[in-house]
Amino acid sequence: MITSLSWLKHHLDTKANLNQVADRLTEIGLEVENIKSSNNNLDNFIVCKIIKSQKHPNADKLKLCDVDTGSGTLVKVVCGAQNARDGLFAVYAPPGAVIPKTNMKLKVAKIRGIESHGMLCSGYELNETSDKEGIIELNKKEKNIGDKYFKSTGEKTMDISITPNRPDCLGMRGIARDLASSGLGKLKKQPPIKINQKFKNPIKVSIKKEKNQGCGIFGSVYIKNVKNKESPDWLKKRIISLGLKPVSAIVDATNYVMFDLNRPLHAYDADKIDQEIIVRNSKKGESFEALDNKKYTLQNDMCAITDKSGVLGLGGIIGGTRSGTEFSTKNILLESAYFFPSPIRKTSKELNIDTDAKYRFERGIDPNSIKIGLDLGMCMILDMCGGEPSKFSIVGKVKDERKIITLEAEKFLKVIGFSITTAEIQKILSSLGCSLKISGKKIKVLPPTWRPDIKEDIDLIEELTRIKGYDKVPLINPEKENVKDTLNYKQKLFHFAQRSVASKGYTEAVTWSFTDSKTDTLFSDLNSQIKLSNPISSDLDILRSSLYSNLIISAKKNIHRNFEDLMLFETGPVFRGNKPGEQSTMIGAIKTGKYSRKNWIEKERDFDVFDMKNDALRTLIEIGIESSKIVVSNKTKKWYHPGRSGMLSLGSPNGPVLAYFGEIHPSIIKKLDLRTGNVLGFEIFLDNIPQPRKKIREEKPQFIVSDYQKVVRDFAFVIDEKYSSGEIISLVKKIDKNLIKDVKIFDVYQGDNITSGKKSIAFNVILEPKDKTLSEKDIDQVSNKIISTVQETTGASLRS
Amino acid sequence: MENFNQIESDILNKIKNVKDRISYETIKTEIFGKKGIITELFKKIGSLDQGQRKEYASKLNSLKTKISGILEKKLNDFDQSEINEKLKNEKIDVTLPGRTYFAGKIHPVSQVIDEVTSIFSEIGFSVEEGPDVENEYYNFSALNTPENHPARDMHDTFYLDHSKNLLLRTHTSPVQIRTMLKGKPPFKIIAPGRTYRHDSDQTHSPMFHQLEGLHIDKNINMGHLKGCLYYFVKKFFEVEKVKIRFRPSHFPFTEPSAEVDIGYKIQDGKIKIGEGEKWLEILGCGMVHPNVLKNAKVNPKQYQGYAFGVGIDRLAMLKYGINDLRAFFESDIRWLEFYGFDPLDVPTNYRGLSR
Repeated sequence: MITSLSWLKHHLDTKANLNQVADRLTEIGLEVENIKSSNNNLDNFIVCKIIKSQKHPNADKLKLCDVDTGSGTLVKVVCGAQNARDGLFAVYAPPGAVIPKTNMKLKVAKIRGIESHGMLCSGYELNETSDKEGIIELNKKEKNIGDKYFKSTGEKTMDISITPNRPDCLGMRGIARDLASSGLGKLKKQPPIKINQKFKNPIKVSIKKEKNQGCGIFGSVYIKNVKNKESPDWLKKRIISLGLKPVSAIVDATNYVMFDLNRPLHAYDADKIDQEIIVRNSKKGESFEALDNKKYTLQNDMCAITDKSGVLGLGGIIGGTRSGTEFSTKNILLESAYFFPSPIRKTSKELNIDTDAKYRFERGIDPNSIKIGLDLGMCMILDMCGGEPSKFSIVGKVKDERKIITLEAEKFLKVIGFSITTAEIQKILSSLGCSLKISGKKIKVLPPTWRPDIKEDIDLIEELTRIKGYDKVPLINPEKENVKDTLNYKQKLFHFAQRSVASKGYTEAVTWSFTDSKTDTLFSDLNSQIKLSNPISSDLDILRSSLYSNLIISAKKNIHRNFEDLMLFETGPVFRGNKPGEQSTMIGAIKTGKYSRKNWIEKERDFDVFDMKNDALRTLIEIGIESSKIVVSNKTKKWYHPGRSGMLSLGSPNGPVLAYFGEIHPSIIKKLDLRTGNVLGFEIFLDNIPQPRKKIREEKPQFIVSDYQKVVRDFAFVIDEKYSSGEIISLVKKIDKNLIKDVKIFDVYQGDNITSGKKSIAFNVILEPKDKTLSEKDIDQVSNKIISTVQETTGASLRS
Repeated sequence: MENFNQIESDILNKIKNVKDRISYETIKTEIFGKKGIITELFKKIGSLDQGQRKEYASKLNSLKTKISGILEKKLNDFDQSEINEKLKNEKIDVTLPGRTYFAGKIHPVSQVIDEVTSIFSEIGFSVEEGPDVENEYYNFSALNTPENHPARDMHDTFYLDHSKNLLLRTHTSPVQIRTMLKGKPPFKIIAPGRTYRHDSDQTHSPMFHQLEGLHIDKNINMGHLKGCLYYFVKKFFEVEKVKIRFRPSHFPFTEPSAEVDIGYKIQDGKIKIGEGEKWLEILGCGMVHPNVLKNAKVNPKQYQGYAFGVGIDRLAMLKYGINDLRAFFESDIRWLEFYGFDPLDVPTNYRGLSR
């Protein structure tokens, strides 16, 4: 909402200056977003004196003038006017100024070989006269060289952000009322209007009684024999200051009333109305051409203003061209109506129309403002265009839905934290237009009709706080007491995991929750994708079901910028359905390219599956899962390389899935044009990690250390390649859980000297006796048992 | 009795000939071997008479100690010079780079969530979460924003179905409702999370992050709200003085509602928070509307309190001087490494919020 001090002063008796008003507005909840000089351009036009005028050397009809603009140096201007002469006071427009008539921006230009710095203006060019001949001649007594020519411009305007609950402040009077209430002046009384209205409105108006009727009241006045014309300057300037374009006196008057009193009006050319006005629900397929020059086809049940020939306009939203006023209009019908907010909003949304009237009606117009709107609109039109008005015709009625609210001063103290007296309450609420009745501690309040937002006592408390000032609210320091743990188990896991993964060299990314359906499908088990009805772009059309989709897209962008050795991760939601809660929290991490590249100290090496396995495993251990409970197997998902990927699960290969890791499937890498052959990743399912019953410190056994020497023995077997290392390790460990501390594989070999289909596997077994030093005999016993168990279980042979 | 002085000088003369480890061994044998000079002298002890024996033994022992010491030093010298010789050839250029090392980073959004959580944890808030996908009721209606309310215009919403019932939450406020419905008052929670609006330009992104705050108890008034937010702003921006302005505003789910501005100025091209003549809006808040409490099955006659919502990304931008919101989500590795945080830089009260 744009306003100016002078317009506010039309309603408000105040000595406050612009900055005081702006500050106060912000303090009472009408936030001034900015203060602007209106129309800076007109400030460019300056009073000047032609010091010397001579003939242009290359053109007979042009003159070359030395002009004093008050800047200290003379300016050379080429001028075509006959009346340009020595000593003349004139109007100068510098380069950069925009000529109001032509909207042309001046530049330093060569005219017939001579540079002209700006221009001397005619009244025609400044929209002041229709006489095109000659430049403006000023009386030198009135003007000083260097002064701005347009004295009246330059009034600053304030742009106020009006919250949706305050439709009353979409008019100057409402803003003025708030300022007056806050103590910054007095609200002026509106002068009574006495106009002789002799005859009956000849145009019949009816509001059809039907379900979903969007119009409550339709008031109108018929004015005959008007002479429409351009508005006078003062009105044009007000209209321009609102950012609107002056059209004609009649239209400008309706707009003025809308912004002055928050009371939309509409003027019809009465001679174009076919017999009578019927306000009714539209029928699907009806259409009309609106004042924005677009044709609209209506649906059922939109509030249409119609006559015998069809739709004239959409009530409270936009009028139609068929009945629009023109300069030639002789008789008008001026409408001041009440339309209900909800249908206005529905219709304008469906048809995608946004107008100043719609904006106001959907927020709630004062249903009691029909008459004052007609009064002011009629007076202005009569003043400017003459004519004779009919009596007002007002049809329809709106139920007064206001309720009397009971307010107690104690409640204010309880909610806001400081006290207020009944007298203060009375003063503030009355100044805002409420009627009050005080009985003991209870105050009965009836809000004014222009405040649809005031419905209960808390609304009144807000009004009181706002006008008293939020700075009066006391500052109560917070208590430093915790009732509950800040984070629950899952949240702790999230935070630990995030930093655990980052500490392994991964850089955290935060990517959209939506992604490209074509990419996501490559990483998804879902039968159907979760589509957005209105995606922001076609490549962000679904909710992601995997963290890989966006990570891979991000990796690709970085790789294409030549950052090919990447480690990225994200911790966040993935979705499996479109209902609330059908989401889980995951970690996704990817690596691309090489671990070391062109390095003097290390051999070049690609990132590999064991990097991923380590990172996933270490992360799980760091967030508190005991390593012995994590089982590795080769069950994985379709988006991994089938032979180079694995799964980590809890307790057994069939336990809850903790993570997948491995190479991304080569065909996906190819499809996505990643420009690197080596892309690996891991996914951790944070939601699958059960909260342990006991804390780690409670679970830990006692610390017992053996005083006896540990013993290490090496073994090598040739074994069928189908046996995984993991199987052999757990097989050996089981042989003597007390004695065998660890089994470490140090060599795996397939190739020369080994039968195909078999592999050689070498490991050492660490024996840690608890109660005695192991003798050679003891060691042999265990060794033999290891050999026989492995041989019997797997058919392996000992390698010599 | 032997002339020990003569013997000693003879031995020392011999030792002079020790040039390397081989001559050392030869000469050591000549002195201490089975038939060595010193060994022979010891053998004589038995044959000496009582009177001489004591003096003889004493002199011999001190000679032995002296010679042993000299020989030992010889040996050490060999070791030392061998090591020195080796060191001459064991020189490396330590300015060469070491083995590959990847330093990971934490995203500014995560860091700021941790900072904010740490601050609110100090004053008794715990963390709640809610789903990213919401239905119309929790996102709007339960929050006193009925259908066709103009406030809905300010939330350009992503929908998941054509009846516009399922949507991506446009703010974290639905967590208020969910938290209250599943528990019993008092409530003192914060809820950080992803939020979504159908909007994209320099300062808007279709996804961003909010932090919701809710404190409901029997006597929580607007003064508590003010105190809580003053505390938060001072802690977060790590400033002693802070200029804050509470300005009346409107949200359907709070009443009275306020927007909070902080004072700032631009100094040497950088934003300085907490002082100066300019105002910057950082959050919205207010006393929870009785209708919201009713919808969440909390009796507004018994309970009251405040709620607030802060833009996390915006906080990060202000504190860490980041200009473009969209860059947060573009995963440009250069941006992530520049603005990211060390994983060990965990914001805590006792170690400090930021380094």
